[in-house]
Amino acid sequence: MLSIDRSIIDAIVAHARRDHPDEACGVVAGPVGSDTPTRHIPMANAARSMTFYEFDSMEQLRLWREMDDRDEEPVVIYHSHTATEAYPSRTDISFAGEPGAHYLLVSTREPDTEEIRSFRIVDGVVTEEPVEIVAAVDPHAVQSYMFGQSPATVDYECSDR
Amino acid sequence: MAIEVRIPTILRSYTGGAKVVEGSGDTLGDLLADLDSRHGGLRARLVTDAGALHRFVNVYVNDEDVRFLGALDAKLNDGDSVTILPAVAGGAFGFAAAAAIAQHSAAAAAIAGHRAAVAAR
Repeated sequence: MLSIDRSIIDAIVAHARRDHPDEACGVVAGPVGSDTPTRHIPMANAARSMTFYEFDSMEQLRLWREMDDRDEEPVVIYHSHTATEAYPSRTDISFAGEPGAHYLLVSTREPDTEEIRSFRIVDGVVTEEPVEIVAAVDPHAVQSYMFGQSPATVDYECSDR
Repeated sequence: MAIEVRIPTILRSYTGGAKVVEGSGDTLGDLLADLDSRHGGLRARLVTDAGALHRFVNVYVNDEDVRFLGALDAKLNDGDSVTILPAVAGGAFGFAAAAAIAQHSAAAAAIAGHRAAVAAR
């Protein structure tokens, strides 16, 4: 299961919509071992393509070093599909090089529908996982603010395929 | 001559889990051969059968991508730091891009699969 903050999902979807019809890509870093994505880093798609994405190699080096310095790791690696479903393509599976990451896919094929799915891709094997979107909670807010509000969590179950 | 080599998660099975290993060599090609003598199989994940660096592996010497330094012929000096990162790439179909890098077996397989699907229509 991927648990991720609503504000990060909103930023990822906004990035994907902004770059549509090209594919958008990026990382959400988090503390090593935490499995918690906390820092959204939109990356340039060096391929500038509607059907392909690739991080710029120098931008990737800078980010991977920065994560190393901050004791972070790429908890989420995301990209968009702009005309097809949010499911890993054969190309995605072939090139997936971070066995510890959640591969988040966003489809922007429908302008008004948010289509988000998450996968583990390890040794060529794809496993879909549920996505739990957690509403941002102000850590300084008085706890009682939570009562009587709409549910703070949205669960996306796996599609049955 | 000691050169520090940073190994990505996906290749640490070849280094007994080590994140950083040391090696030696006058060029990147020599260094990879040296590493392979202690970490068997590592070189084959980075270099194709044709003897070129894999398209979807990024190798850096200090702050430079080795593609701009002569790839496997890139010169190394004592104290250099080499970083290996798997390229982050993919996409909905990627056939145009895959065709451009058809030496990559996985991409070639994807193209073949696509052609078969088209032919079957």
